[in-house]
Amino acid sequence: MTAQAIIQSLASGLLMGLLYGLIAVGLALIFGLMDVVNFAHGEFLMIAMYVSFFLFAFFAIDPLLSAPLVAAALFVFGAVVYLLIVRFAMRAKANAGMVQIFSTFGLAIVMRGLAQFFFTPDYRSIPQSWLGGKTISFAGVFLPEPQLIGALVSILAFAGLYFFIHRTDFGRALEATREDPGAVALVGIDKNRVFALGWGLGAALVGLAGAIMASFFYIYPDVGASFALIAYVTVALGGFGSVFGAFAGGIIVGLVEATTALVLPPSLKSVGIYAVYLLVVFIRPRGLFGQM
Amino acid sequence: MDKNFAARRRRDLVIAAVLAALAALAPLFVKDVYVQNILILTLMYAALSQSWNILSGYCGQISLGHALYFGIGAYTTELLFTKFGVLPWFGMLGGGVIAALIAMGLGYPFFRLRGHYFVIATIVIAEIGLLLFQNWEWAGAAMGITIPVRGDSWLKFQFMRSKLPYFYFALVLCCLAWFVTWWLEDSKWGFWWRAVKDNPEAAESLGVVVFNSKMGAAAVSAFLVAIGGAFYAQFLAYIDPESVMGFQFSLLMALPAVLGGIGTLWGPVLGAAILIPMTELTRSYIGGSGRGVDLIVYGTLIVLISLALPQGLVSLFSRAKSKGATR
Amino acid sequence: MTALLETRGVWQRFGGLVANSDVSISVGRGEIVGLIGPNGAGKSTLFNLIAGVLPPTQGTIWFDGEDVTKMPAAERCQRGVGRTFQVVKSFETMTVIDNVIVGALVRNTVMREARRKAHEVLEFTGLAARADVRASDLVPAEKRRLEVARALATEPKLLLLDEVLTGLTPTEAQTGVALVRKVRDAGITVLMVEHVMEIVMPLVDRAIVLDLGKVLVEGKPTEVVRDPKVISAYLGDRHAVSA
Repeated sequence: MTAQAIIQSLASGLLMGLLYGLIAVGLALIFGLMDVVNFAHGEFLMIAMYVSFFLFAFFAIDPLLSAPLVAAALFVFGAVVYLLIVRFAMRAKANAGMVQIFSTFGLAIVMRGLAQFFFTPDYRSIPQSWLGGKTISFAGVFLPEPQLIGALVSILAFAGLYFFIHRTDFGRALEATREDPGAVALVGIDKNRVFALGWGLGAALVGLAGAIMASFFYIYPDVGASFALIAYVTVALGGFGSVFGAFAGGIIVGLVEATTALVLPPSLKSVGIYAVYLLVVFIRPRGLFGQM
Repeated sequence: MDKNFAARRRRDLVIAAVLAALAALAPLFVKDVYVQNILILTLMYAALSQSWNILSGYCGQISLGHALYFGIGAYTTELLFTKFGVLPWFGMLGGGVIAALIAMGLGYPFFRLRGHYFVIATIVIAEIGLLLFQNWEWAGAAMGITIPVRGDSWLKFQFMRSKLPYFYFALVLCCLAWFVTWWLEDSKWGFWWRAVKDNPEAAESLGVVVFNSKMGAAAVSAFLVAIGGAFYAQFLAYIDPESVMGFQFSLLMALPAVLGGIGTLWGPVLGAAILIPMTELTRSYIGGSGRGVDLIVYGTLIVLISLALPQGLVSLFSRAKSKGATR
Repeated sequence: MTALLETRGVWQRFGGLVANSDVSISVGRGEIVGLIGPNGAGKSTLFNLIAGVLPPTQGTIWFDGEDVTKMPAAERCQRGVGRTFQVVKSFETMTVIDNVIVGALVRNTVMREARRKAHEVLEFTGLAARADVRASDLVPAEKRRLEVARALATEPKLLLLDEVLTGLTPTEAQTGVALVRKVRDAGITVLMVEHVMEIVMPLVDRAIVLDLGKVLVEGKPTEVVRDPKVISAYLGDRHAVSA
């Protein structure tokens, strides 16, 4: 194994990791806001990829351009899911945790079914996107353009999110609600509205990720499942609910995955991620950046 | 009060006996192999869900990784049978014991985790197991193991001509899992588990060793699930990692209990009796043609029931009863 | 005869914060002792150290002639320490009787005996009529009572009560006081933490006042309330200014 190969795989791991972070951050945001894990998160990603695909197929809009549209569509979708399902799940008096898990899980199954029904189980891809298949060579290290752009988008998205949470009214309402949901009701913030917007924002972020992914990944009804587990691990590694943690968690997951692929057969590359998750939570039961 | 309680326990036992007897007679009327198949699966999932319910329902440690124990039961049995000629019955017990030991071994680090960290850890460990088996050449890797045909016999627990023996075994397994639950429900363990689920700190202050309670629940639960896995392997006569250790098993063990009523005696049976035939029927009648309609129906049902009846379908019965009882 | 409970030079630090510094108290058999003090005095911390929620940073805790400093809560319960929680922690999905059975199982491994014991305790605490009600359906005062019942079912030698009388209506508090007396008359030693002095003073044999993590004064309730140090410690705290 040459140093070149190691640098190559670490570089692609880093790029992929930034994308993992972007996929996961919506999950972290929603969890931090209201202690709910969205078990349909992977399906949100899947829907985003399809939206991006059809925008390309029907209107020839490149995924890179359609990303804001996809994010907007997912924003609406996320808010609707909150209003139609999650809002009611949160009212459960008995078995609250169970109700949250299985109502979103049921939603995931419905979404997969709908995708199969309307889009067929066929694998699809966007063949001639602007970025697809191109690579940039940098000092002998080859970097695929879509991932590179994806990583850039991810960094921008995180920077934007940081700005948003700390500098805007809604961001402050979001922070306040997550710190003390009871108190915000007293100062006249409508909790439901904040939650709905939080779900919208979380979904929009995964929508952004989905649009990027669509330009270089196969699109099929079950695509979410493979990324969902990685997203949970990413969020848990970072410490549930920590937005910065999701960013760092994503990078760690990407690097670990790339490193594992160097030493183990490719079919075992996820084992490294899972093992790191277990290792981290055994040492720090609340994740790397979670409050103890 | 005590009399009521004892009477209720006895009533449960009588109902179970009647249901089991009726089920045992079912093959007299059901000759169709397809329907028999559904009955077998229903009984098996009822048993599995009942076992899952011990750890996740009574003790409150939600596992979405029980497929691991299911697969271990299946693989132990078939590896012992095909490689060493050990009879499936011993493999079944061996698989149960190994699964229980693994569950306890995992319990050491896992039971320190709370909430979602625990749930995700269970999913992750089952995925690791799946990946390892997929890459384990000696155990057939992703190709799996085909169980050699040695002729129909109870000794080898293998039946090609009729599915009825499998049916009866599944029935016995279901009764066993139910009875174990019934028995444990009114025991020190049963009370400890429920206390741990509701409030571990308070339980600890009342002399409950929380960690040991979880370990006990994990061991019993994994043992029974592994027996189910061994059965399933014999029933299929072929196993590969995905078809005995895939995530869908973790889910299919949890769902009947959740729909029927988690942490209740009758929930898993009731849930399985509704869910499994529905799954199978939608899969074969609409699943083939409609592409995913089965998933839509299935998922919608899960969402609706978990929102409308957080305590499961059994709560319909107790609600009706308590209404009748009010003076 | 030695004291039933003794803490010797107990310290508890959380990071830079010192919650208990060099606390040495003792509780004799058959006493009702009140542990009082203004908010943030370190009462709850000391209480949790005695119950075994966490070990002290320094010092030792002795119960019934045995060093229990490092013993986990469950084991202390088996030795005879029963407790309630300031924020009630009922087993919400279980019925009242089932809640109490959990406690009774410490000394009765046969279910029938545990159940009988639990019924006995419910009679004793006046909850018998509510036996088959889910704990989540109880009113707050009943939940407090259930906490006491559950702890009593473990047949403790020492019962630790964490603000069981706070937040009750005067009538409810009266029944609570009567119950504590009844418990003592049954031969159980009681150590109770209370924030509000008026309620506990008539009830306890001896009061220990904590302030800023230290034992400020210790003695008969009538003496303690007149002690200038106690008065000044409480003066900043408007809710509890008393006679």
